[in-house]
Amino acid sequence: MNLGLEIGAAVGKTLFIILFALSLGGLLTWVERKQSALMQDRIGANRASILGLRVWGLFHIIADSVKMFMKEDFVPNTPHRIIHGLAPVLSLFFALLSFAVIPFGNAITIAGHRIGLQVLDVNIGILFVFAMMSVAVYGIVLAGWSSNNNFSLLGSIRASAQMISYEVSIGMTLVGILLIFQTLSLQEIVQAQGGLLFGFLPAWGVILQPLGFFLFLTAGIAETKRIPFDMPEGESEIIGFFVEYSSMKFGMFMFAEFVGQILIASLVTTFFFGGWQVPYLADAGFAFPWGGTIPMSAWVVESLRVISFIGKVAFFCWLQMLIRWTLPRFRFDQLMNLGWKVLLPLSLVNAVVTAIVVLWIGQ
Amino acid sequence: MGRVNVINVSERRRELTFLERIYVVEVVRGLAITAGHFFRNLIRHTLRLFGIKTAEPAATFQYPEVRRPAAPRLRSLHRLARHPDGTPRCVACMMCETVCPAFCIFIKAEEVDDPNIEKRPKSFDIDIGRCVFCGFCVEACPEDAIRMDTGITEIGSLSRTGMVLDINMLLSLPPKEERGDKPVDFLQKRLVDYNLVPEIQAKT
Repeated sequence: MNLGLEIGAAVGKTLFIILFALSLGGLLTWVERKQSALMQDRIGANRASILGLRVWGLFHIIADSVKMFMKEDFVPNTPHRIIHGLAPVLSLFFALLSFAVIPFGNAITIAGHRIGLQVLDVNIGILFVFAMMSVAVYGIVLAGWSSNNNFSLLGSIRASAQMISYEVSIGMTLVGILLIFQTLSLQEIVQAQGGLLFGFLPAWGVILQPLGFFLFLTAGIAETKRIPFDMPEGESEIIGFFVEYSSMKFGMFMFAEFVGQILIASLVTTFFFGGWQVPYLADAGFAFPWGGTIPMSAWVVESLRVISFIGKVAFFCWLQMLIRWTLPRFRFDQLMNLGWKVLLPLSLVNAVVTAIVVLWIGQ
Repeated sequence: MGRVNVINVSERRRELTFLERIYVVEVVRGLAITAGHFFRNLIRHTLRLFGIKTAEPAATFQYPEVRRPAAPRLRSLHRLARHPDGTPRCVACMMCETVCPAFCIFIKAEEVDDPNIEKRPKSFDIDIGRCVFCGFCVEACPEDAIRMDTGITEIGSLSRTGMVLDINMLLSLPPKEERGDKPVDFLQKRLVDYNLVPEIQAKT
């Protein structure tokens, strides 16, 4: 393949997915305010204006970031100043790195070269995501430890206990997906979900693994550390791990939370909702099971798929917001009970039953 | 006598059913309620954007522009009423100063030649910073001179002395009905701007 084209494609794909995550993350700060307002019969933030223009409070995103950057960056009296500065960077970095293996489209052909719409098409995609999730705990642990504050240390201990507990459930839940699709590559998993079950039902992961989807979503929300699982932070009464952070360092932690939310939405989409797949849309256009086809050019098909991926991710971000503004917070023992005594056994049962069914069908 | 409906709270406590205990169904029911509000308000906001009249999508008031309707008997900032000829109604009887539980009214009386009133206030200061808005002064007043019907509730100043209203200011404040409902103007004005009457016109 042409080297220039290859480099250009890699840079383009990386920019696309990074900008997608960052801009959607910024948008989510606005969505969080406006959605909660609508759910509670309020108007929500609408005062920021440029030249008298308010556009439903969208300028609050700019106002917030300007505020964050302008605030005093107070560093506590700690012997670990470098680690204190590094912790928020790590949190955001590993959250963003996971997006490298998320496929946001199938492939496009430029000048005879096939370019897969995924930054890093590795055959260990699932493991890569897990690795990044696990390493993300470091940002939080280091933040709590380097703050030289017992309360933030306790907060980070709560956070790491929670994240490690729920990572086990996330891993066990995906064993079912692994057994069905028999691959670790996310692109291949999405491609396998393009088929039809019984001739009309899209073979999405949620239909093959309904319990798996439910468990993954629950554990995933717990992994993002947001209400009802926001024990590490507990902004309304207990003290969280970033109590000693101010200015944009705090902003990065907050932003990492939103990016984590988008990541969970992307993973749910990829594993259980067919990723970029549009039902009945094949490479040549729509082919409905009841007959009838709509032929389309490759570019239209590909853009439809990317739009479908973005739409599904947006929906799951909305759903997580809805859950976050509906449920009260769990107590810490309830949280641990849910993780170890409910989610883990259920995901084990799910894996065993899936294995038996896969074996039975295979024979 | 009507029958009083008493609810024994301890009797309402009951064992949760199995469906309630596994929590999932209840979560979905909760999500249905909040999602219902979300979509209902979203549709209403969208329809209003296109100029179609709908029910109110928000229970809140857009505060500085839109005021919550106040009850007619709301106790707001004080004013001193005048006679139709412009003279103050107050006769400096000291009733309000005596009854005030916050000791925020300070009256200095002076003599006047008019045999009907004999006394009038030389100065009449209210320290709004100490006032508790109990309305006792209004009830105590035999001349119906001090009233709390201006409708002004945004009272603020950058200093403590700025919170002390003198007699000129109190006499110049109009009742809510005369002021009309121009809230934005009102917010941007300071209390000092209401100091319109240069001095009390003594009745000779």
